[in-house]
Amino acid sequence: MTKTSNVQQLQAIAKKTRREIIEMITAAKSGHPGGSLSAVEILVTLYFDALRHDPANPKWPDRDRFLLSKGHAAPVLYSVMAQCGYTPEDELNTLRKLGSIYQGHPDVRFIPALEGSTGSLGQGLSLGIGMALAARLDGRSYKTYVVLGDGEIQEGQVWEAAMFAPFHRVDNVCAIVDYNGIQLDGFVKDILDVAPLGDKWRAFGWHVIEIDGHDIAALQAAYAEFAATKGQPTVILAHTVKGKGVSFMENNPKYHGVAPTQDERVRALEELA
Amino acid sequence: METGTKYELKPGMATREAFGKALVELGRVNQNVVALDADLSKSTFTSLFGKEFPDRFFECGIAEANMVGIGSGLASAGKIPFASSFSAFLLNKGFEQLRITAAFPNVNLKAVGTHSGISIGEDGPSQMSVEDISLACSLPGFTVLCPADEVSMMALVHAAAEHFGPVFIRAGRAKAAIIYAAGQKFEIGKSVQLMDGRDLTIIATGLLVAEAIRAADQLEAEGISARVLDMHTIKPLDRDAIAKAAAETGAIVTAEEHLVDAGLGVRVAQVVAETHPCVMECVGIQNTYAESGPPEALLEKYGLVAKNIVEAARKAISRKKA
Repeated sequence: MTKTSNVQQLQAIAKKTRREIIEMITAAKSGHPGGSLSAVEILVTLYFDALRHDPANPKWPDRDRFLLSKGHAAPVLYSVMAQCGYTPEDELNTLRKLGSIYQGHPDVRFIPALEGSTGSLGQGLSLGIGMALAARLDGRSYKTYVVLGDGEIQEGQVWEAAMFAPFHRVDNVCAIVDYNGIQLDGFVKDILDVAPLGDKWRAFGWHVIEIDGHDIAALQAAYAEFAATKGQPTVILAHTVKGKGVSFMENNPKYHGVAPTQDERVRALEELA
Repeated sequence: METGTKYELKPGMATREAFGKALVELGRVNQNVVALDADLSKSTFTSLFGKEFPDRFFECGIAEANMVGIGSGLASAGKIPFASSFSAFLLNKGFEQLRITAAFPNVNLKAVGTHSGISIGEDGPSQMSVEDISLACSLPGFTVLCPADEVSMMALVHAAAEHFGPVFIRAGRAKAAIIYAAGQKFEIGKSVQLMDGRDLTIIATGLLVAEAIRAADQLEAEGISARVLDMHTIKPLDRDAIAKAAAETGAIVTAEEHLVDAGLGVRVAQVVAETHPCVMECVGIQNTYAESGPPEALLEKYGLVAKNIVEAARKAISRKKA
């Protein structure tokens, strides 16, 4: 893989990732397009720029760790990992099919290069903190990144973890909230509002960075700010649009967990050309 | 034939204390061993580890789910974490995390539940764990250990650390009679035959192993010859020893400080049914939660002492003859 800090190149990778997400989920006839599309820039900027990793050496002890706590957005992770060379890109459209390594939710039994199996919401931050503590014990400088959904943080365990990390000064873990405002049953503000999110994380002792989660330059700056922040953990509140990049999916709760039809696939790919 | 007279059953320490001491021993020889607790470290005895290795001890506060998740994260990054709390809280509040972050990805986490069973006494049923064996055994890939005394606990804590994969270790609050001589070897998945006998086999685990020995002594006085197995590993079960016992003695009594609906007894019954069907009786807690009281009185009231095993044995023998 070739890493790059060039925003235009990263935007091109993001567009390709969106196309692959649409293709994968359409082929699978089920899946979660909305929350996959909203997290594209977050993951692309990590895997192709910020993350210290080597796809040829997935168990490198000093690699940065990444956990997709909102495991239902697996297609965005699979696309990005495949483009990096971890897994076969030409098999992405086997998503969710029997025998595929691309399971409905990330599963380390099928893709050993994953750092964790996720899908049951609320657990990734605890896992990430454990990895961050291990780094500290071993004197290693790797960092751990955890992407959470905004609906996901309704889970109580997230706040157990949020309380733990600042108290133990775990400054090598970065939580990223994909703040797209929609969960399965509707808009987060109507289901169980999580706002004011910045105040909540600050009150728990986190360094809070609030950005447009589709702005690659802002993401690069946020990851750099996390790396420079010592003594407390960092959370990036990435304001995003659910279904980003496909006009009829944008900000539409329907596309949290419904696959595009063939017709919708064609229209989506035209927009992502 | 061996008889119960070789077992003095002198009072020993609680298995939770033996766990705490073994964990310190492990910590001294293996830098990768770390411990986590959820505000019960003085009761689970992980405080001993925390005192000697403060950098490798993580006090998680009263947040079991997060503790299990962090433990799994540490394990994923190469550590050998022992996460401990009362069984009732660790297994019930941490179950989803044990499932998703330990069992499912086969992570090297060791979960140690203390204060299991009803012998914790006065604190009462909200603190008593009577479902933990069932819950832990239901998780694919988990190894489930329930040592009977301090010697076996210390040995099996070391064995758990050497075994790669998720392990649940069940420990008790009450002082446990010493069954084994120092230096006795234990192997995960291999039961220990404590007494041999012709007429039936008593398969017991945890605190009930000592009661099984006492029961076998009483049965001997009645002319009934009982084999006694310490089934310290409840998963994976020692199928060979169970099948052999069924074939050679023709009757089995199980004994456990756990609900009979889903613990050692039903697991043994499955093996018996699959190998050599024979008469069986199960001693355990019957479809109820217990209450506050002195441990000895509770064990008596809820049918978990030697005389209950003796009665079950008599019943099994009579059914066998019928």
